[in-house]
Amino acid sequence: MSGASIIERLVAQLGLAEGSCESDVEARDPWIRLPNDTLLAAAEFLKANPELDFDTLHCISGVDWPGDDPPAVEMVYHLTSLTKKHWIVLKTRVGREGGSLPTLETVWKAANWHEREAYDLFGVRFEGHSDLRRILLPSDWPGHPLLRDWEWPETWHKIPVKAGRQMTDRAEGGQMTGVGPFD
Amino acid sequence: MDLIGALGKGLGKDNVALTTVSAIVNWARLSAIWPMTFGLACCAIEMMATGASRFDWDRLGLIPRATPRQSDCMIVAGTVTHKMAIRIKTLYDQMPEPKYVISMGSCANNGGPYWQYGYHVVKGVDQIIPVDVYVPGCPPRPEALLYGIMALQDRIREKSLLDDPREDRPRAEAPAEPAGQLAEMAG
Repeated sequence: MSGASIIERLVAQLGLAEGSCESDVEARDPWIRLPNDTLLAAAEFLKANPELDFDTLHCISGVDWPGDDPPAVEMVYHLTSLTKKHWIVLKTRVGREGGSLPTLETVWKAANWHEREAYDLFGVRFEGHSDLRRILLPSDWPGHPLLRDWEWPETWHKIPVKAGRQMTDRAEGGQMTGVGPFD
Repeated sequence: MDLIGALGKGLGKDNVALTTVSAIVNWARLSAIWPMTFGLACCAIEMMATGASRFDWDRLGLIPRATPRQSDCMIVAGTVTHKMAIRIKTLYDQMPEPKYVISMGSCANNGGPYWQYGYHVVKGVDQIIPVDVYVPGCPPRPEALLYGIMALQDRIREKSLLDDPREDRPRAEAPAEPAGQLAEMAG
């Protein structure tokens, strides 16, 4: 099924006004930007409808837009139907500070880890998630590093986080280093 | 003639060989460097190749051990993230003296491609544990790692038994504190 007809069905199902959602059906990956309160209903429809049969959630990506009005983090969901061989992208915006979205874990189990990653790196909270912990970074890591205004800590558990002196500088400064190309 | 050559010629059978305790202990140490079985990223693949039949680091006496308690050498093969750094420090502390560290590849040497923007990567494993030999490359070829191992053997050969192995060890700039992290992992 073409991206245009998938999006047409989705908009009709959600009861959204024609043209109220930004979308691009000509793109290589056809996408639509949904209001975030319709996200869960959209996901359930796409999964359950036998003609659409979106059985796979590939990934959840995030894009930070701190300069927009209002500032937002955009979550991008790549969906594919392996049986029908078509795909679509859902985008939705959420507030930068303490914004939250419904979890899609109930629709696609794969969303569990993806949402944990999105929470880890962007700080977006997913309501109803069964285990919303950080997944990649240490649990006591400060902040969410893919936000553009994230500030680097100097150290974490006494280990420098920022790039410091190169090994050559350290060696020339008289600090003893091991055998290697920098001797 | 070195010790190995002398033994090979049967000098030990009917004659007396004189050497120093340091020389013979060093010979034993450098001929049986047991590294910890431990890999972090793509460098570990090259490390496995170094251990496999084509390059075969068993020729140099390397036998990977499955526990830090039996290991002499830690080959840090790959990207050291902050989360992993705590574990590496713990494993290093569990190794008995004398112990050696080979930093394999650009990531372990100084952060490599993550030098500028990698918030999650430690800028060189020597920030947390002292390193004896740095092997450059991304990843280094098995020949390079073998060269690094031989460089470590040379380093061991130079030591005297009277030296405290901790004395002239390059110091890590900032020792990591493992507080709470492992407990958190367990829970």
